Amino acid sequence: MRNLTGADIVCECLIEQGVDTVFGYPGGAVLNIYDSLYHYKDKIRHVLTAHEQGASHAADGYARATGKTGVVIATSGPGATNLVTGIATAYMDSIPVVAITGNVGCSLLGLDSFQEVDITGITMPITKHNFIVKDVNKLADTIREAFYIANTGRKGPVLIDIPKDVTAKKADFTNKPLKPLTVSYTLHHDDCLLKAVEMIKESKKPFIYTGGGVYTEAGAKALYELCEKADAPVACSLMGQGSYDQTKSRYMGMLGMHGTKTAAQALYECDLFIGIGTRFSDRVIGNPDTFAPNAKVLHIDIDPAEINKNIKVCHQLIGDSTDIMTNLVKLLPQQEHKEWMEHINELSETYVSVQKGTAEMDLTPQHIMETLDMLTGGEALIVTEVGQAQMWAAQYYRYKHPRQLITSGGLGTMGYGLGAAYGAKCGRPEKTVINIAGDGSFHMNLNELVTLSKHNIPVIELVMNNNVLGMVRQWQRLFYDKRFSETTLDRPTDYEKLGEAFNIKTFVITKNSECEEILKQAIEISKTAPVLIEARIDRDINVLPMVPPGKSVTEPILELNIDD
Amino acid sequence: MNTQQSVLSVLVGNSIGVLGRVAGLFSRRGYNIKSLNVAETEKSGLSRMTIIAEGDENEMEQVVKQLRKLYDVSEVMILQDAVCREQILIKVGNSSASRQPIIEIANLFRAKIVNVGEKELMLELTGEPEKINSFIDLLRPYRINKLVRTGISALERE
Repeated sequence: MRNLTGADIVCECLIEQGVDTVFGYPGGAVLNIYDSLYHYKDKIRHVLTAHEQGASHAADGYARATGKTGVVIATSGPGATNLVTGIATAYMDSIPVVAITGNVGCSLLGLDSFQEVDITGITMPITKHNFIVKDVNKLADTIREAFYIANTGRKGPVLIDIPKDVTAKKADFTNKPLKPLTVSYTLHHDDCLLKAVEMIKESKKPFIYTGGGVYTEAGAKALYELCEKADAPVACSLMGQGSYDQTKSRYMGMLGMHGTKTAAQALYECDLFIGIGTRFSDRVIGNPDTFAPNAKVLHIDIDPAEINKNIKVCHQLIGDSTDIMTNLVKLLPQQEHKEWMEHINELSETYVSVQKGTAEMDLTPQHIMETLDMLTGGEALIVTEVGQAQMWAAQYYRYKHPRQLITSGGLGTMGYGLGAAYGAKCGRPEKTVINIAGDGSFHMNLNELVTLSKHNIPVIELVMNNNVLGMVRQWQRLFYDKRFSETTLDRPTDYEKLGEAFNIKTFVITKNSECEEILKQAIEISKTAPVLIEARIDRDINVLPMVPPGKSVTEPILELNIDD
Repeated sequence: MNTQQSVLSVLVGNSIGVLGRVAGLFSRRGYNIKSLNVAETEKSGLSRMTIIAEGDENEMEQVVKQLRKLYDVSEVMILQDAVCREQILIKVGNSSASRQPIIEIANLFRAKIVNVGEKELMLELTGEPEKINSFIDLLRPYRINKLVRTGISALERE
């Protein structure tokens, strides 16, 4: 047992939880914590970012890439509020993040003191839980509990607010073993499983679909086996990309607003829809009344509150998706749906997604993504911002593993990607990490380029520059009679000079023909240093297919003429 | 689907902000609270909330499941067969003409007169919400100056 300051207890608890990397930004209320980090710098790597928001996304990206808990530290007041978007992003996508904020001393709380903000009040609806610790004797157990909450059941962010005097006071500290993670709900006793097995046996046209709840290699393996056993085609949501190896023939593509026509058609025709680790987001289901109209729905998820929330289900299995799939594989006899699978393959051949009018263009996002796929062997970590570029990144790169696409699916946070990308790279330094940005998102948090160059975090920042806010513009084209209100950016940013200013090697791509050569160079450089790429693309390329909001997923728009 | 009223019994830890967490959940998900009542239980550190919520069957299913996800919440039940009670304190005008009829109404409901002032009588009554409602209705002609209701507290029968 040792008598330590609150700040030292914070560091000791982080080490106890297996944390070796934290992201953050110092300030008055966390001076003691940073003083302690100075002493613990051999054990805990602190990555200083340009802005607390970047740090919050980095902690999230780190967690998504590694499966470990992301940790972010910020000071009170504005430092804490700058974390809000990052915490909300992690919350919507169920990512385990622990945010530690300083606050003014206990005697100053509630007095509108300098840099005081009620961050537990502010983050209440966007955290799994949050704490304010006013007694140093409770600090260690609170931090342990925060990590436990972040990682148990459906994961998510937890915030711990620590007043400054608590970080200075001393308490006795003893290391404790980690509390084992249990799945809080296991309702899948045999009867439930057998009912699910019967449903699969009765089905002639099963459809397997995964969301962000299948995110481990073990989960992906169980999913693969389940698809083989059930002889079913598979589609994934944006969050589920990589849970099934997309180079395999069973894969129908993404399902949802910008999903493939094959997946949409199969959704219409299937007689059993098995949703695994998914919350049936409105971006996937479109109009709930026309969702899978001919199918029974079997829902497998860890969160009982997701059952019957957006889609009425026929049967549910609640618990860890890997466990459940493994059990189903054991119980299910080999199925055969030759006709159905042949039909799906025909659909895939019929509906190849090619955008009309792009063949004549100098440079297309599809070509960029497919070239990246080829050059990286489909093994890179792709991070995205939000909007058109995000969808192209999801559509035209063939993900093979879970945790390979790191993207803000639920909250749709522009400015997420760059922070998340260096967070991911810090966690998986052996991987090529590429952030696919649009010029709109890029300008939101481009300050974080300095984090890449300062710490030499070798990430590729690839900006698909079409000089417009493409996704919003696409909606204006379709639903607002082409009144492009405030979406024509045409910013004078010189990317090469910008890169030079931040001391980052920069490339410009203008033609499909030079794409491969430049990307090859960039990937080579990114083994040791960060790279910025501006890829100049046409402003009129749309993300297709597209299901208009509230419409049936089965009838996506497949073609849009640029002059329409 | 039909809107219904449900009686939720929620056992919570007495931690900072627990009322805010529960109330916040209702407001951000758009569920309706008709009344909410909370106080400590026989176990130290635990409080019981009785919440009267309004919504259709789906919404109620969601309310219960979402409440169960809150860290501070240790038990959520929808009470089907329960004893429901509410308390009221009510001040009505005290005049020579009104005093006698008010006392009669109080006796009829077994309400207590808990304070007698020059201009006001204060009455206290505990009972089922419907009883409280009719008590208020009967007192209305005698000038109600102020009233406060606790909201329903409920316990399931055996």
